[in-house]
Amino acid sequence: MLYALAVFAPLVGSLIALLFGRQIGDRAAQTVTIAGMVLASICGVSSFVDLIYSGVPAGVISLGTWVEAGSFHVEWALRYDALSAVMVAMVTCVATLIHIYSAGYMAHDNTIWKFFSYLSLFTFAMLMLVTADNLLQLFFGWEGVGLASYLLIGYYYDRPSAGAAAMKAFIVNRVGDLGFALGIALLFMVFGTISFDGIFAAVSQHQNDSYHLFGTDFRALEVIGVLLFIGAMGKSAQLGLHVWLPDAMEGPTPVSALIHAATMVTAGVFLMARMSPLMEYAPYALGFVCFMGASTALFAATIGCVQNDIKRVIAYSTCSQLGYMFIAAGVGAYQASVFHLLTHAFFKALLFLSAGSVIHAMSEEQDIRKMGGIWKKIPLTYTVMFIGSLALGGVYPFAGYYSKDAILEAAYAAHTGVGAYGFWCGLIAAGLTAFYSWRLLILTFHGAPRADQHTMDHVHESPWVMTVPLILLAVGAVLAGVMFHEQLLGEHWEHFWGESIKLNPANKVLEHMEHVPGWVRLAPSVIGLAGIALAYIIYMGMPALPARVAAAFGPLYRFLLNKWYFDELYNAIIVRPLFCLARGLWQVGDATIIDGVPNSVASLTGASSGQVVKLQTGSIANYAFAMLIGVVALVSIFLIFLR
Amino acid sequence: MNWISALPELVLACAGMAILVFGVLAPKNAFRLASMFTIAAFLITAMLVMGGTTSLGYSGLFSSDAFSQFVKLLILAAATLGVIVSLDYSEHENMQRFEFPVLILLSTVGMMLMASAANLMSLYLGVELMSLSIYVLAAFARDNLRSAEAGLKYFVLGALASGLLLYGISLVYGFSGSMNFADLSAELTSASQASTGVTIGVVFIVAGLAFKVSAVPFHMWTPDVYEGAPTPVTAFMGTAPKVAAMALLVRLLSGPFAHLLAQWQQLIVLVAIASMLLGSLAAIGQKNIKRLMAYSSIGHMGYALVGLAAGTPLGVKGVLIYLVTYVFMNVGTFACILAMRRRGRAVEGIADLAGLAKTDLGMALWLAIFMFSMAGIPPFSGFWGKLFIFQAAVTQGMWVLAVIGVLTSVIGAYYYIRIIKVMFFDDAAEAFDARPASLSFVAVAGGLFTTGFFLFAAPVEAAALAAAKVIFG
Repeated sequence: MLYALAVFAPLVGSLIALLFGRQIGDRAAQTVTIAGMVLASICGVSSFVDLIYSGVPAGVISLGTWVEAGSFHVEWALRYDALSAVMVAMVTCVATLIHIYSAGYMAHDNTIWKFFSYLSLFTFAMLMLVTADNLLQLFFGWEGVGLASYLLIGYYYDRPSAGAAAMKAFIVNRVGDLGFALGIALLFMVFGTISFDGIFAAVSQHQNDSYHLFGTDFRALEVIGVLLFIGAMGKSAQLGLHVWLPDAMEGPTPVSALIHAATMVTAGVFLMARMSPLMEYAPYALGFVCFMGASTALFAATIGCVQNDIKRVIAYSTCSQLGYMFIAAGVGAYQASVFHLLTHAFFKALLFLSAGSVIHAMSEEQDIRKMGGIWKKIPLTYTVMFIGSLALGGVYPFAGYYSKDAILEAAYAAHTGVGAYGFWCGLIAAGLTAFYSWRLLILTFHGAPRADQHTMDHVHESPWVMTVPLILLAVGAVLAGVMFHEQLLGEHWEHFWGESIKLNPANKVLEHMEHVPGWVRLAPSVIGLAGIALAYIIYMGMPALPARVAAAFGPLYRFLLNKWYFDELYNAIIVRPLFCLARGLWQVGDATIIDGVPNSVASLTGASSGQVVKLQTGSIANYAFAMLIGVVALVSIFLIFLR
Repeated sequence: MNWISALPELVLACAGMAILVFGVLAPKNAFRLASMFTIAAFLITAMLVMGGTTSLGYSGLFSSDAFSQFVKLLILAAATLGVIVSLDYSEHENMQRFEFPVLILLSTVGMMLMASAANLMSLYLGVELMSLSIYVLAAFARDNLRSAEAGLKYFVLGALASGLLLYGISLVYGFSGSMNFADLSAELTSASQASTGVTIGVVFIVAGLAFKVSAVPFHMWTPDVYEGAPTPVTAFMGTAPKVAAMALLVRLLSGPFAHLLAQWQQLIVLVAIASMLLGSLAAIGQKNIKRLMAYSSIGHMGYALVGLAAGTPLGVKGVLIYLVTYVFMNVGTFACILAMRRRGRAVEGIADLAGLAKTDLGMALWLAIFMFSMAGIPPFSGFWGKLFIFQAAVTQGMWVLAVIGVLTSVIGAYYYIRIIKVMFFDDAAEAFDARPASLSFVAVAGGLFTTGFFLFAAPVEAAALAAAKVIFG
């Protein structure tokens, strides 16, 4: 009951704000949604506590039938197990803090009721996604968060760039969603059901089924795994389908924090963990997952080192961290990937919200080249952002240290080729992560002020509605790792996860993790600290050096600055040809042929109408003549043709 | 018991005489009372028709059966509505003479006779009684030049058509030795045996009757007469006589000449295609709504002929349902046309309807319903009529005919929907005068029937099928 309340309270808040927001006013809409979220987080946390600590049994809360068509049977149901409960607790808590933060951040907006309604709608969809008991319901939530994300990225609809970014996010996600939908369809074809229990119970029966594709027989489970992962790639911005995430920073900063850092983008990771009983039997698909995750982790980190927009740096960092989670999922350490998901949610939301606080203080300035020298003016923001960076950089004992180390150890412990690739990519990326985090911190807060005097005079600490959530998230960023490390990943992980994550008996990654060599344990910390030190030396010690380095390695710098030219590449090979095709279809296909044919037929009809009417002269003689001709013609036809 | 089988006709004819006498003897103008009596006579006759039995009377001249009952009821309904719509108009246009309803009544007797004809002679008598009354009606506004011209035109061309019909009858009689439908049917058992004389006779008879239903190429009189005749007469001419003549064609071709199907089928197909094409094409450029309705009725008769061309009970059923839907939407449309009166003067231009939705939404809505129905758009009755017709044609493998029918109804939709566009989207013209209750009644009755037809289609369909089966024995 509490659990259902946690899921539906945000929906109620959202609907009230959306339908009556204009009438009841901004403040009331804001209060209603925040109250709904507080209620949801209380319920969410208590049902999590009930499940894990009070021994309430896991189960399914059925809400009624959704689709009943032949053998296709879908129910509305909430799944109550460790994976869902932990996600619900995390999502409701983070979302509540972000709702509260938004009350301050969006105070000067004109349509606050709309913003809060969308935010709560997003939360509801995300909760639907994580509590789904079947793939269709999960897909419902999946599309729901996509919709909310679209609405919120394009929230400042009067800015063309925001509209473009919203469309880009939506369209790129369609590519992934196509893969996901195909995966669901294939699952239904193979298993005859899309409910999780039904699928997981039958995995062993179907593990040798094959699926004929492109003239070759593949194992059906591998194909399903790859298709589901393509869906996850879109949502979780993995290499190739990542292009929407940095652009999505056009949305208001709380949105970036909630959707594009803490919750929605981790849906792909959640999907992998949720489908773990199936993915476990698709080793090649898992290898692919690990490979893509590792590549993304490294790739995004390199870009993060040279970006100048405070939010974009964090966005690429998100992309990179999601890559880590997929490395873990790809080597079979789903627990580690969900653990990193949890810790990441706290410290990345914290970083985004602190960035929002900085932007707020700097009169909407986002370029870190125009900041600097403000740490004394906004000490609280500086402190929490520092904590967030420590967590992200993986410094002991902050949250990121536990989860990132666990992932790298798991990658190493997998003892596979792709695992090793994941380990080395992840290790290098860890150094880069630490480097760009401190580059960001130093450029933003230290050094000589680079903003104009007017802006500098206005630098001020944010109001308490914004700082309190920051402090709470900072607490999470400090403690989440220590608190959950042992439970989620320790010897008794099965006690925590129950049936929600099922491993192949051959999968011993968690055990092997305990026995990795000492240098593997130490390497991430060492390389992370080295990254921090490097950033200090370069940006604090020799502020002139970065420009010289950039000039010396011009091509490489431009390559990174332009994000590996992904956007340009997609423009050239996909967007522009499609535009050409569409323009061709429009001008030739539609305007000329489809419009042209009926138009000319119509004018022909009009013309023949004129001719027909000319026969109508009004003279009786003509009419009588026509009748007689008619009779003669009919008789002739009769006699000549029909005898 | 001859008189029992023809009881409705006898009663109606006697009522006609009585009303005539009453009209002559009445102290003051008896138009309204005579009209009421006529309507009463129609209603009584309709009840007698419903209570009628299946029988063949007057030595096989007269047949009363399910088919004739169906058609007669439809004719009586059309005639009743025709009298009602004439009430207000006649008073406005100074033609409130008691002969008017009596003439309608007499032509109705003729039509009923046509529906029951079982002999070429009784057929001819029925046709003439109907036609002569309508000639007079068309010229009824005798001070009006256009009305007189319309009456004369119709009369001259009608005489020609009568001649064709009579000549055809004589040919058939001469070459087969009988005028009785049953005997003819027994005589003409196969197409190959039929002599050239008989087949030419059939062509002439078809030509004569095609004139009455204004099928191409015997349609030329229609636009002129429709436009010239007083509007209530046009409304009447456009409905009941069409039903009677079409029913007669059906009974004749599917009855005594059923075995010549292979020969007359192609004929009907040609006439149907020509009518559908002309009906849809020529109407496009029309500016006068009565002329437009003339072409529209040519087109509609073309569609009805498609059902006849199928030559099956299914096809005849389609024809009957088509006629039912046609009568109600047509009479409803004419009720709306009659309501087009500005400062006491009747107007007939399509442009006069501009912006009607803003001045009289009710009328605009009803007229829009009729136009949608005529264009064959579901769920209105016109759609179902066309559906059954095309279904019958397709069942017989007459794809070309069905496809042409669909294409021409697309063209037809253009001018029907243009009227809706004029009413709803053009700038409002001056408002019409207040509608008299009689016209509102007919428009609403027709509109309700047209809109609600799909709710009670099943009983109509069953009755039509039963009627159709009578013809095919």
